[in-house]
Amino acid sequence: MAALVLAEHNNSSLDEATAKTVTAAAQISLPVHILVAGVNCAGVAGQAAKLAGVEKVLLADDARYANFLAEPMAELVLSRAAPYDAILAPATANGKNILPRVAAKLDVPQISEILAVESADVFRRPIYAGNAIQKVEAKGFKKIITVRVAAFAATPAGGNAAIETIPVAGDPELSRFVGENLSRSERPELTGARIVISGGRGLQSKDNFALIERIADRLGAAVGASRAAVDAGFVPNDRQVGQTGKIVAPELYIAVGISGAIQHLAGMKDSKVIVAINKDEGAPIFGVADYGLVADLFEALPEFEKALDR
Amino acid sequence: MKVLVPVKRVIDFNVAVRVKADRTGVDLTNVKMSINPFDEIAVEEAVRLKEKGKASEIIAVSIGPVGAQETLRTALAMGADRAILVKHDGELEPLGVAKILKAVAMEEKPGLVILGKQAIDDDCNQVGQMLAALLDWPQGTFAAKVEIEEGSIAVTREVDGGLQTVSLKLPAIVTTDLRLNEPRYASLPNIMKARKKPIAEKTMADYGVDAAPRLKVLEVREPEKRRAGARVASATELVGKLRERGVI
Repeated sequence: MAALVLAEHNNSSLDEATAKTVTAAAQISLPVHILVAGVNCAGVAGQAAKLAGVEKVLLADDARYANFLAEPMAELVLSRAAPYDAILAPATANGKNILPRVAAKLDVPQISEILAVESADVFRRPIYAGNAIQKVEAKGFKKIITVRVAAFAATPAGGNAAIETIPVAGDPELSRFVGENLSRSERPELTGARIVISGGRGLQSKDNFALIERIADRLGAAVGASRAAVDAGFVPNDRQVGQTGKIVAPELYIAVGISGAIQHLAGMKDSKVIVAINKDEGAPIFGVADYGLVADLFEALPEFEKALDR
Repeated sequence: MKVLVPVKRVIDFNVAVRVKADRTGVDLTNVKMSINPFDEIAVEEAVRLKEKGKASEIIAVSIGPVGAQETLRTALAMGADRAILVKHDGELEPLGVAKILKAVAMEEKPGLVILGKQAIDDDCNQVGQMLAALLDWPQGTFAAKVEIEEGSIAVTREVDGGLQTVSLKLPAIVTTDLRLNEPRYASLPNIMKARKKPIAEKTMADYGVDAAPRLKVLEVREPEKRRAGARVASATELVGKLRERGVI
C-alpha cells in the first residue's frame, strides 16, 4: 500500500508544510506519493519531486484547481484515493477545508491535527486547545489525516521522483472563486519561521506594531499577534497565533505585551525557546517563558533593538 | 429561507480542563457547560440574517444528552424560532454527527446551514465539511463575512495568507470563524420568551442513522508541562542570554 500527501502550495512554490506532512506520511505507510493540484504549477511538482524518499508526484494542472476550492479538490482526491491506505494533508486552511469532505465521501472518520505517529494505526492529537492529548487508534479503514506541521521535521531534499500528469476530475460547479485579499510580506511565513515575534493588546495601537516589525526585520523573524491584537484591528487576521489561528513552534518565540491566555499558549507553547516581555509580572505567559522580562515594552523594545547593534 | 443552526454543548471556554486520573478522558463532573463559542457566532449570524429579512425561520439543533436542552435554550433566547434535540448519551464522532444532521436537513429542507468551524472540546474542525459532502452541497468554511445574494451566498473566508471570497450556490453550508460577528447577550425578556419556544425531542432511531464511533481512544493524558525559566533584569541582558543560547 502507500500514502498520498496533498501538497500545500501557491501555484509557484511548494510550502514547507508539505515536506513536514511527508515526514508524517512516511511513518504510516510507504511509498509516499504527493498530489500537486493547481494551475500552471508544474514547477511546484518539480519541487515536490525533489523531496527525499518520495516515489511519485501526481500533477493535476487545470484552472479549476487554481484557488484550491474544496468541492473540485475533494473530487480530485477521491478520484485517486483507491490505491492508498492513508491520505494526508497539512492542517492548513486548505487541508482543513478539503480533507473532511474527502473523508465523509469515503465514509471514514478523519483524524485531525496529529502531533505524532505512534504506529501505523495509532496517533496522538491535541484536544481542548492542547490542554489534553488524545491517543487514538484507527484500524480497518482508510486513514484520512491532517497533520499539525509544527510537530514534524521537514523531509529534506535529495529525491528524484517521477512526475505523472493525471486527468482532472469532475467539477461539481457548486462554488466559484470571487477574489482574495492576501497580505504581502517580505518577512518569513509564520508557520515556517525560525523566529517569531508576536505582539498583544499591550502594543495599544496599529502604529506601535512598528516597534515589533523593526526587531523582526533585524532578526529575520515573522510577526505574529494575539487574538486581542487582531480583534482590536492592530494587525490582519492571518497573523493570529493560537488555538484557532496559526500553530507555531519556532526556535525562538518572543511574546511582547501578551498576557498568555490559554488560547494563545495553545498556539506557541511548543516553541523551543520562549521569551516574554510584559509589564504585569503576574501574566500567565511568564509561566511558560524561558526568559521573562518584566518591563514596559515601550522602553524594553527600543533597548532590545539597540542591544542587537552591539 | 429556513436556516438550520447545529449547536454543541461543550465545557465552558473559561474552565480549566482536568484529565481523569485513569486517563480515559477529561473530567466533566460538576463542570460548567456552555454553547460552543463558534456555534454561538453561528446563531448570531442566523439571527442577523433574519433581522435583515434574508431568513424566514431559524431552527437550532443539538445532538447530545438531556443537558443539551440548556444549549438550545441559549440559542432560542438569542433569537432562534424553534429547536430540535436529538437525544444521545455517549461519544459521537464528527462523521456520525454529520450523518444525523444530514437526516435533519433532509427533513427540514433549509436553504442554509450555519455552524461553528470547530468545537472547542475535540477541536476536530470536520462536521461542516462532512455535512456538505454528504448533502453534495458547497461549503464556505472559516467565514469572516457572509452575504446572501440571489440563489447564492458570498462567503469571505479566513485563509492562511489573508482572506478569500467564494460564491456558493444555495443551499450551502457555512462554518463560522471568530471575527464573523460578536454574539449578543440574550435579554431577560428574551430568555423568558425562549422558555415557551418549542424543543422537539428526537432519538437517533428516529433518523435510522448508524453513528457508532470508529476510532478508538486508547488514552487521554496531560501535555508535558513547560516550566518557567529565569527572569532577566533588562532588554540588554535578554539579548545577551539569547546570544549565549545561540538562538539569535
